[in-house]
Amino acid sequence: MRIKGGRVIDPANGVDEIRDVCIDAGKIVDSADGEVIEAAGKIVVPGLIDMHVHLREPGRSDKETIETGTRCAARGGFTSVVCMPNTNPPADTAGTISFIKQRPACVNVFPTGAISRELKGEELAPIGSLKKAGVVAITDDGHCVQNNELMRRAVEYAKMFDLPVLDHCQDCNLVADGVMHEGYWSAALGLRGWPASGEDVIVARNILLAELCDWHIHCQHISSARSVELIREARKRGVKISAEACPHHFTLTDECVKDYDTNFKMNPPLRTERDRNAIVEGLADGTIEIIASDHAPHCNYEKEVEFDVAPFGIIGLETELALSLELVRKKVLTLSALIEKFTVKPAKLLRLNKGTLSVGADADLTIIDPDIEWTYDVTQSASKSRNSPFHGWQLRGRAVRTIVEGVTQFQ
Amino acid sequence: MDAAAIQRALTRMAHEIIERNPDDLGLALIGIRNHGVPIAKRLAAQLNVPIGELDIGMHRDDLALRPPRVGVSQITFDVNGKTIVLVDDVLFTGRTIRAAMDELNDFGRARQIQLAVLIDRGHRELPIRPDFVGKNVPTALTERVRVHLAEVDGHDEVVIEK
Amino acid sequence: MNWQRKNLLGIQELTTDEIIFLLDSAAAFKQVGERTIKKVPSLRGKTLVNLFIEPSTRTRTSFELAAKRLSADVININTTASSLVKGETLKDTALNLEALNADIIVIRHSAAGAPHFLAKFLQASIINAGDGAHEHPTQALLDAFTIREKKGRIADLNVTILGDILYSRVARSNIWLLTKLGARVTLAGPSTLVPRVFEQFGCRVTHDIEEAIRDADVINLLRIQHERQRKTMFPSIGEYAAMFGLNKERFSRTKPDALIMHPGPINRGVEIDSEIADSDRSVILEQVTNGLAVRMAVLFLCAGGKHED
Repeated sequence: MRIKGGRVIDPANGVDEIRDVCIDAGKIVDSADGEVIEAAGKIVVPGLIDMHVHLREPGRSDKETIETGTRCAARGGFTSVVCMPNTNPPADTAGTISFIKQRPACVNVFPTGAISRELKGEELAPIGSLKKAGVVAITDDGHCVQNNELMRRAVEYAKMFDLPVLDHCQDCNLVADGVMHEGYWSAALGLRGWPASGEDVIVARNILLAELCDWHIHCQHISSARSVELIREARKRGVKISAEACPHHFTLTDECVKDYDTNFKMNPPLRTERDRNAIVEGLADGTIEIIASDHAPHCNYEKEVEFDVAPFGIIGLETELALSLELVRKKVLTLSALIEKFTVKPAKLLRLNKGTLSVGADADLTIIDPDIEWTYDVTQSASKSRNSPFHGWQLRGRAVRTIVEGVTQFQ
Repeated sequence: MDAAAIQRALTRMAHEIIERNPDDLGLALIGIRNHGVPIAKRLAAQLNVPIGELDIGMHRDDLALRPPRVGVSQITFDVNGKTIVLVDDVLFTGRTIRAAMDELNDFGRARQIQLAVLIDRGHRELPIRPDFVGKNVPTALTERVRVHLAEVDGHDEVVIEK
Repeated sequence: MNWQRKNLLGIQELTTDEIIFLLDSAAAFKQVGERTIKKVPSLRGKTLVNLFIEPSTRTRTSFELAAKRLSADVININTTASSLVKGETLKDTALNLEALNADIIVIRHSAAGAPHFLAKFLQASIINAGDGAHEHPTQALLDAFTIREKKGRIADLNVTILGDILYSRVARSNIWLLTKLGARVTLAGPSTLVPRVFEQFGCRVTHDIEEAIRDADVINLLRIQHERQRKTMFPSIGEYAAMFGLNKERFSRTKPDALIMHPGPINRGVEIDSEIADSDRSVILEQVTNGLAVRMAVLFLCAGGKHED
């Protein structure tokens, strides 16, 4: 097939121009006959990668399956997703990884494995065996290894397998049973607060361990201004530390919780305007290299409860691109810089052979209409779950075609 | 009615009340909020009897039809065994008086309840009748009778509005 | 003005006019308690459910008596219908109550926002009897009623709230109400329980009890607890009482007409010396009487009339 006349943005190859892209037998080729897809006025990019999603299988297929989750991804313009190990049973054995890899999916699924057995933070998971089974990184996401010695050893060990370590940065004691950011709003609402330091302390720990072990630690879903500062400073010194941010952390603040709507309860929590601005600046100056959704489906009956007891998390694959395009509209990022955060950067971190439109690469492409105005109706979502704070929002920009290995999975 | 007419009517009513209740059997006046209270006070000044105030907010039969509102009832004497003259400005459907009697009953058991009104405009919806009337004023249902009193409104006057 | 709300979820959203309207109405209902027949028919035929997920005998009894004096029918449900316990969720419990045509649901819950949650999908009047650390509106109203009765006003008074502010719904509701009505509010207690963030609510924050009570016209003492959540906040009840308890010595340094208040139940010898609780400067028992009047007013206004939509 030939995708004709779109503005092709391929940051890996420094390309940003109007031209055609050709696909044959699932690969990018110089030229091809066959179906012609008009892409004038649209943007053509390498298939987007979301490196932080929860697909809930095995164990909670009532919330989401790999099939429904990847359909969300395709609708959102994503051709590859990296799924988290806090399933049931957790992804801490080769068997679970194999299970995940053979589930039906309409986009590429790259599993992560656990750092510690059962995500308990006490003993190392069989990391070598997980690598053989095909994980692209290890993380205890959902949890965070509290024992610094164990974390150190995990990082050293992962280095041997060329596996990056991803960390959900949370000091469980500082955070205790907090349900939202600790600040004016938690004081006003009478909800237990979670100080930003609960994240900063672990980011600092990770920076020091990355230095000690000379290996890569990636801080997931960064939400606090101080975390951004710490990471910026460490990167200047050449420490192997990186960060990702989620759209809700650069779009919303803790004030949104004031009606006790559990669709604003997530981990890490929404923080102040100052933190939000720091995330935006971190994205602008490259401190935060990657954007990911932390797509976290939960059943209605689980979220429709008192704020204190509702599970943390929101779905996000289908709104991620539109919210991220706002950064381009607000001149925080160029379009090319934004696309990098969904392509080149995650692919490089995770050593994926994705994220480019080079000839010979897998034909994963996303065609984006950046200006189309649409209203997000969560009741029409491909997800099994409906927990989104963006329901009813007027958004601008969305994927109009998602092609995975040459096959259109969404249009 | 103008100010002079109002005063003449009240004076006559005061005399009628004494005439009707000659024995010293414990007479008291209770004004129904809002305009019944100043009228009761004026009558009481001429009669030298104890006086109380009644708010019917908790006993109205039309609570479900209007925004809720209550005021304080103040009756500092013992109601039991007394002859109570309820005082109001305008007698219309009789429902206010019905509510007032229910409210009064919560304070004690009066020996007798009589009713004094400045204006009786007709159109009773309950079997209630006044004992002392300042003036009978036949009205149409669509009209409104407004009693202005110096203590509350700055001047004395009774007007009918269409 | 006319009262337009069918729910009372908190003080934060009330206007000054609404608060004064409530207090004035409470005066009328206080008078009812002084009559021979302490009952009026205003809520006859209405059903009130006390849904107390977090147990409380005194508040529940107060609401029950208030409802009965208004001639409403009362059902008491004390249950752990928290969605945390496996079984029926709070939402299902509440929907079941509505299916029984409950007109008023008085809810006390350990989760902040629980009444707001119910108000989203129930037609009944929802009255917040205390939601976690968030608000306890009728407590603040009865506190204000008591202060106004004794001092004639609330504006420009120095009101000190002493104790565990961070976890206290009584403190928060009082802070909203007193600042709206123009009082000068001082919060005092250990720095772990009275953090500086409360200065953003228009209050003075101090950790020096002497300074806090010296010029106070009203001292409102909060109950102190040392269970699980607070164990890391201060070392012991003994140390708290020594540093922040209103003992005889400190009491002698308060203004001679300063009111002593407490939402109850009091820990004698901890927040307050036994004698002081019984002294004539203490209005703790009047608070209880006024609580009944305030709750009657709240129920009457929220459920006893027709509000313009």
